[in-house]
Amino acid sequence: MIRRGGFFASLAAIAMSLTPAHAQVDFSGAWAPLFHEDLPERIPGPELGDYMGIPLNDAARLRADSYDADRISVVSEYQCRPHGGDYSMRGLSNMRIDAVIDPVTQQLVAWHTRMGFQEMERTIWLDDRQHPGPLAPHTWQGFSTARWDGNMMNVYTTHLKENYMRRNGLPRSDRATFTEHWIRHGNYLTVVTVITDPVFLTEPLERSQSWVLDPGQRMGRDICEYNQEVPKPRPDYVPSHMPDTNPFLKEVAEWYGLASGVLRGGAETMYPEYRQKIGKPEQPKEKCDRYCNCGAADNPTCLVAPRSSR
Amino acid sequence: MSILLKTVWAGLALVACLTAQQPDFDKVDMQVQHVKGGVYMMTGAGGNTAVQVGNDGVLIVDTQFAPLAQKLMTEIRKLNRGPVLFIVNTHFHPDHVGGNAALAQMIGAARGPGRSDGDAPLKIVANENVLNRLTQKVPNQPPFPDAGLPVDEYFTPFKDLHMNGEAVFLYHEPKAHTDGDSVVLFRGSDVVVTGDIFTPGGYPFLDVEHGGTVQGEIAALDHILELTVPAKTQEGGTYVIPGHGRICDEADVVEFRDMVVIIRDRIQDMVKRDMTLDQIKAARPTRDYDTEYMGPGSFVKADQFVEAIYKSLTQKSK
Repeated sequence: MIRRGGFFASLAAIAMSLTPAHAQVDFSGAWAPLFHEDLPERIPGPELGDYMGIPLNDAARLRADSYDADRISVVSEYQCRPHGGDYSMRGLSNMRIDAVIDPVTQQLVAWHTRMGFQEMERTIWLDDRQHPGPLAPHTWQGFSTARWDGNMMNVYTTHLKENYMRRNGLPRSDRATFTEHWIRHGNYLTVVTVITDPVFLTEPLERSQSWVLDPGQRMGRDICEYNQEVPKPRPDYVPSHMPDTNPFLKEVAEWYGLASGVLRGGAETMYPEYRQKIGKPEQPKEKCDRYCNCGAADNPTCLVAPRSSR
Repeated sequence: MSILLKTVWAGLALVACLTAQQPDFDKVDMQVQHVKGGVYMMTGAGGNTAVQVGNDGVLIVDTQFAPLAQKLMTEIRKLNRGPVLFIVNTHFHPDHVGGNAALAQMIGAARGPGRSDGDAPLKIVANENVLNRLTQKVPNQPPFPDAGLPVDEYFTPFKDLHMNGEAVFLYHEPKAHTDGDSVVLFRGSDVVVTGDIFTPGGYPFLDVEHGGTVQGEIAALDHILELTVPAKTQEGGTYVIPGHGRICDEADVVEFRDMVVIIRDRIQDMVKRDMTLDQIKAARPTRDYDTEYMGPGSFVKADQFVEAIYKSLTQKSK
């Protein structure tokens, strides 16, 4: 029996080794992003000075307060930067996901994603490889490994380059890491992102993004070439507002009739209870006059100019 | 206090500071990273060492501390058995030149002005100000060993040489981190070695007492950006070996340069408003960068960085 048991155990082991470690869920295909979540933060983009919902610390707040968008024009090295791996999933571009198959074993070893914007490419390894050491270079998309938890794929990403948490100057450091939970329901894909940043966050930041399968889409090239767009007043010029001098930070509260200070962010602004704390707008607008009706049939992507400027 | 005395005291303080941070060298693990082409980065204690290897032999940029020379050489010999022809020093601080003499003696016993590895002469190269600093007598300190002196110094804006099938450029960056900084470009391998002009994750040490200035630091960082060309999506391409820390590229240098410029601008604005150094420190002009560039073990604290910028902005040009 012992011998037979060993024999069957060996057979089972051989059978398991021959069985492809196939993905529990197939993510491959062409996907289009859905923007029903977090509009208009994603389109047309966040307002300057709006840090609500981000568990930022004081350093991140001042960094964002000092941010001057002219930096992108003046510091030409910024122009062709793609989103970071944590932000790219909530960007605006289509995505193609390809399975990376080991040619010998025919097992899935990775997912490879490509985004239309800036040709962002990312590999999510499923072969239990180690992350690089602390002296290795960092990249925009970082280094990602994943494991299955039933039908959910859990991804862990390290080695990110410094980038933004939100496109209004809120920084995300190169020491940040993030986990993702990829969940597919039929033709819909939801990715929950949890960012940890010891430099700029006091708590993990959780966000989710959804996609719909979009077979047949064609992804073109998006080649960026950076150039000096405006003359610099001096060679070592980096646009930035001096602390407490940025005149544009108050605009957003005025536009939406909110008390100044409620948009300054912090961990408490992530939670539903914060709505009760800030109460109703101090000076509510009679009519919406800025990025109105986002997501509706007549303004699905929130790209319509503010009504006041029409 | 005379300038000489100030220099001596500053030198002593620097040595004491660096000595205080020295780890147990026996426990140091020398880590080797292939950067690109024929260039490797070796990280133990002190500054990073860059090693270029090829058919001609070996070129070393910066030598960490003397007790690590054997570990450094052990790793170098795993990569290449050829003669060590050049040691280049990016500046004079002991965590970058400390291993010069030990390596030179290992490579071949000192023979008068030249040192050898078999018949091939070893040259130790640096800007002339490095040699000047290292030959300056400091009371109660042993002189820097002759065998490790960069007697193949250069005084021109740059020096070039050809090694292992590629052009190697040494650019003098005047009055940056010190007055003797060199940035090394391996043109074929497409790698730049910055010395302590660029220290990602930590504020730069502007050694004002030894000729460093914030203006020179920014000019040097701008020059490094001119030398680096990113590949697709603004990353990779030219790789950068910093004085301390991980392998970087242009985008990392941009973030660092912008940090230095923004903080310089803030302090300059405060100086124009006649604020004193104490008032500027109290205003904490680095406070949104401290969580990124300062930790418990940081070599340069925020106040030191602020003070160095203040001094270099307010001192009269000599």
